[in-house]
Parts: sequence; structure tokens; C-alpha cells
Amino acid sequence: MTARPGEVVSSVSRVLVPIVLALVVGGLILLALGKDPLAYYDYVLQRGLFSWSGFQQTVIRSAPLLLIASGLIVAFRAGIWNLGVDGQFLLAAVAAAALAPLLITSLPSWLTIVICCAVSILVAMAWSLVPAFLKAQYGLNEIVTTLMMTFLGISFANVLVKLPFDDPDNSVPQTMTLPVADRLGRLFDTTIHSGIIIALLAVFAVHFVMTRTAFGLRLQIVGANPRAAKHAGMSVGRLTYATFALSAGLAGLGGAVEILGVWGTMRADWNPAYGLLVVPLVFLARFNGIAVIGFTLFFAILMIGGESASRRLGVPNFYVLVLVALLLIFLALVEYLDHISRQRKKA
Amino acid sequence: MGGLFTETFVASLLFGAVTVGIPLLLAGLGEQISEKSGVLNIGIEGMMLIGAYGGFVAAYYTGSFWLGFLAGGISGMVVASLMVLFCVILSMNQIVIGIALTIGAEGLTALLHHFQFSRSYPRLSEAPSLDIPGLNDIPVIGPAFFERHPLVYLSILLVVFVAWLFRRTHIGLNLQAAGDNPAALDAAGVDVKLTRAGAVLTTGMLAGIGGAFMANVGAGIFVPFMIHGAGFIGIVLAMLARGNPYWVLLGAALFGASLALTTALQVAGLNIPTDVVQMLPFAMVIVVLVLFARHSYLPPSLALPYHRGER
Repeated sequence: MTARPGEVVSSVSRVLVPIVLALVVGGLILLALGKDPLAYYDYVLQRGLFSWSGFQQTVIRSAPLLLIASGLIVAFRAGIWNLGVDGQFLLAAVAAAALAPLLITSLPSWLTIVICCAVSILVAMAWSLVPAFLKAQYGLNEIVTTLMMTFLGISFANVLVKLPFDDPDNSVPQTMTLPVADRLGRLFDTTIHSGIIIALLAVFAVHFVMTRTAFGLRLQIVGANPRAAKHAGMSVGRLTYATFALSAGLAGLGGAVEILGVWGTMRADWNPAYGLLVVPLVFLARFNGIAVIGFTLFFAILMIGGESASRRLGVPNFYVLVLVALLLIFLALVEYLDHISRQRKKA
Repeated sequence: MGGLFTETFVASLLFGAVTVGIPLLLAGLGEQISEKSGVLNIGIEGMMLIGAYGGFVAAYYTGSFWLGFLAGGISGMVVASLMVLFCVILSMNQIVIGIALTIGAEGLTALLHHFQFSRSYPRLSEAPSLDIPGLNDIPVIGPAFFERHPLVYLSILLVVFVAWLFRRTHIGLNLQAAGDNPAALDAAGVDVKLTRAGAVLTTGMLAGIGGAFMANVGAGIFVPFMIHGAGFIGIVLAMLARGNPYWVLLGAALFGASLALTTALQVAGLNIPTDVVQMLPFAMVIVVLVLFARHSYLPPSLALPYHRGER
């Protein structure tokens, strides 16, 4: 199926219009707060994209975002709102941070990393079990349950870091530290760790599974119409568990990569809360794994640039939250206008 | 543990339960009204947060708690009017907009707080109380229930009022029909969108007042992200209450008590990490959901926009 030029234009505008509108309205809010939006955006681009160290940071930040995004793609395609990725991410991070310094004393670093990633994935999967059970068994709305599990998970992660896994040699509550030499390898001469490769592989794998395999098709059918799926003889309950496990597992891998690649330790109260921020990117990409790479990079530039802008220009990084909200609203608006115009054409 | 349940312990537990429970009650009642009419209001967390900020700023600069609650209610309604515009009038995705409003409120209040107060966190004086003569002399219960800000009494009365509204009035019937069978309501000549818009605005008002109560009476200060899931707990309460406001009251009391348990235990001198305390309410939500999930109920047309003539 080849796309006609008109369709290409409309799909490009469907993506560009929300982004531009969000940046413009966000800029107006900055203006209202007495800040120069053009200077802000310029600074963000300079620091997040055009400086070599900033660009490397942007790529490093993309790794966990991409893994979370691939987890969300699985869930959203299957019609499941896994909004609990933050809790899954954090507890997986705790697992990796607690385990890695112990294993490294007796195992080679590659094996340590593999085991930590595997355990992190399992921990994240386990954390999604309750919402999966409630959804599969009673059809209970997963939005609320996954959000509750995240609030529980944030505090639970802190308890784990402060009590059982606390490093007694460090006055700050944090886990023991994995030596820099044993963390995820660097790519060539850069500071970028190989987590970005893991993340890209995961995105491609998810895209392939969701669009090219029978299992992916089954998930999509459940997502589009659970009743039809049931009539077609699919075990909707089992697929629900599978979706939660995959989605949470990918988010958990994100947590492991962030710890094993960047920090080497987990501090108490560390919660980057990437989960909900990634949601609009996945929508912008229309659940397409390849497209989400570009949007993630764009967003990582915004985050990294915004972080240095908050120090230099006095605009707190909370501004990124406002931008995300605006993006979501304009996305939904464009989607709605599109729906209306298609209906007009039909009628 | 025997010595723990002293009079002061129980008194501070009950007092805290009411303080924490009132915002949950208002959020739960608001969400119930919204859900009854068929709108799943995920944005309630954001409405509470904006209400908390608006309410705090108003109370801080005017010194009046009533003006604080008024401002909180209006702030919540402003956010709710966005929800009405996007989800009721334009029929956009309720879940996406709900998430957007919550994230946006988090970012906006944190920004506004930064530009208004920089890094300082000014504190309000203690909320004035209206003592109910006779009853406030009862030991333990008196200070917890009968020496409170009048809004506490009003919130409890609101439960009775909403129950009456649901069961005895046309408004209640219309709300229920808008959620159960909007086409039938439309056929009966009642405007579905108007009914839902009214419901969502009411939710925004109640959530905003609840947020303002949390900031002004509960904490005495505004801290960014301070709602910390109370709005979402309100959604859970509404889900489990099956449309009955009295169940929301019971749920809010239970969750309020579990949240207050932490402070009370700390007052009693027990050294529990705050993180464990913060886990309690959410752990309880999960346990309650696992035990009672079978009994949760949501209207058939929930989260579905209404288009006349569409099937």
C-alpha cells in the first residue's frame, strides 16, 4: 500500500501541529511568567543538541525513555493503560542497584549485568501482577490500580534503599556502588553507554513482535475489541497477563539500564518519574516503534536542555511538565478534528 | 503495644483521620457525581492540586479561610471547565485529557509556586474552629469531631445532600441516565452534554475545595505535588461505593484513619520511617481492591463520549 501525497502531508501535520502548538502556548506561559521563550528554546537547543557533551547526555537519557516507550507501546496496542511504569521502573532499579555490587565481587562484569537485567525485569513484572490480576479477573480499570501501585512503589523503593540495601559506609542513604569500570560499556570514545543499543534493540523487537507476529496480532485484536477476541477463542485473561508482564518488564529493563549505565547506585528519594512524560511521545508516534525513536530524541533534548536552562535561566524544569500536558491536549484535539473531517468525508 | 492506645493516641488518630478524610470525601463525592453521569474524571488529581494552590494563595493574602475555599472551588472549576470543553463538548479522549490536566496542574502549580514564593514555604495560621457546645466537651471525640472548621460539618452534611439528590430528585435521575443510557436521556428531552457538563463542574468545585482544605487546614502550607494521589484515591472510593455517597463517607473515614495512623504513631513516640507510613494508604487501597474488586461498579457508558444518533 503506497501512501498518497495528501495522506503523507496530513500524517506529518498531525504530528507537527501538536508539537508546534504546545511549544507556542508553552512559550506564552513563559512570557506571562516574565521569561523570554525564544531565549529559553534557543538555550535548550544549544545545550541539548548542539553542544557535544549535551548531545551525548541526550542520547544517554534516551535509553530509559525508549525502553519505557516500548513498554507503553505493547500495553497501549493491547488496549491496556499501564500508567504504573514509574513504580515498575523504580523497583527494578532498586533490584539492579542492590544486586550488582554484590555480584561483581565474584562474577565477571558482563554476567553481573545480564543477571541484574534479568532480575530487574522479573521484579518489574511481579510489581504489575496485582493490576494484571484485577484486570483479568474482575475487569477492574487498570488506570487507577497501576497509579496506586506506583505511589506504593515510590515509597517502597525508598524503604528498600534506606533499610535493607543501605550502604553502611555512606552517610547518604543509598545502595552500595557498582565501580565505574564494571558498568555498561561506553561506545567508542564517547560518554554514551551501551544501554542505548539495548534500548534500540528492544524498540525494534517490540515493533517486529507487534506488527509481524501472530502473538502481536492477538494482542492488537484484544486491544481493539476484547469481546471479538473472546469470540475468536482467544484467552483474553492470559493475554492480559502477558501484556502487563511485557510492558512492565521493558520498563524494568529501563530502570536497570539507568542504574547499570549511569548511576551505579540508587539514592533514596530518586524518582525521575519518566513514565507519564513518555505517554504523549507514544501517542505522537501512533504506537509505532520506529517513529517513537525520533520523538524520544526530541523529548530528551528538551529534558537535557531544560535541565541546564533551569540552572542558567531560572525557569524550573517543571516547565517540561506543562509542555507535556499541552502536547497531550493538542494531540487529542488534532485527533478529534481528524475524526470529524473523516466523518464529514464519509457522509 | 498495650500502652500505645492511650487517650492522646486515639484523640490524635481521630483528629488526623478527620483532617485527612475530608479532602478524600470531597474528591470521592465529586468523582462519584462525575462518574454517575458517564465521565471518568482522571483529571481530579489536577483539579485538587490547582484548588490547593489557588486556595492557599487566596487564604495567604486575604487571611480568610472562607475566601481560600472559595478560590479553591473556583480554581477547581476552571480546570473542570477545560475538561468540559475537551471531553464533553468536543468528545475528546477522557483518559488522555485527564492525564494531561493532572500533569499540567503539577507543572503549573510548581512553576507558579516557584515564581511567587521562590524557595520559601510560608505557613498559614491554624484554621479557626466552630465549637459545637456540649458535644465538644466529650473527651477524645469532642476535639476530633466537634471543634473543627465549619467546612468539616458542611462536608458531612453534603453526603446527606448528595444522597438525597441522587435518590429523590430529577437531577439525580438525569445524572444516572447520562451514565447508564445517554440515548434514553436524550430521547426524554434532556440535554446529555449539559447534564455531564454540570456534573464535571461540580466535581471540579468539590475537588478544588478538597485540595484547598488539604493545603490550608491539613498542612497549613502549599508544597508542589502535595496532593500525592489523594485524587486518585477519590476515584477508587467512587469505584467501590457503587453510586452510594454513604459508602464514600465510610471509605474516606477508613483511608483517613489509615493515613492519620502514621502521624499518630509518631506522636506516640514510635520510630517508623515516613516512607513506611506513606505506603500505608496505598497498600490499603490495593488490599481493599483485591478483596472487594468484585463489588466495584462503573456505569456502562463511562468514559464514552455521547454523540446523538451514533451507535
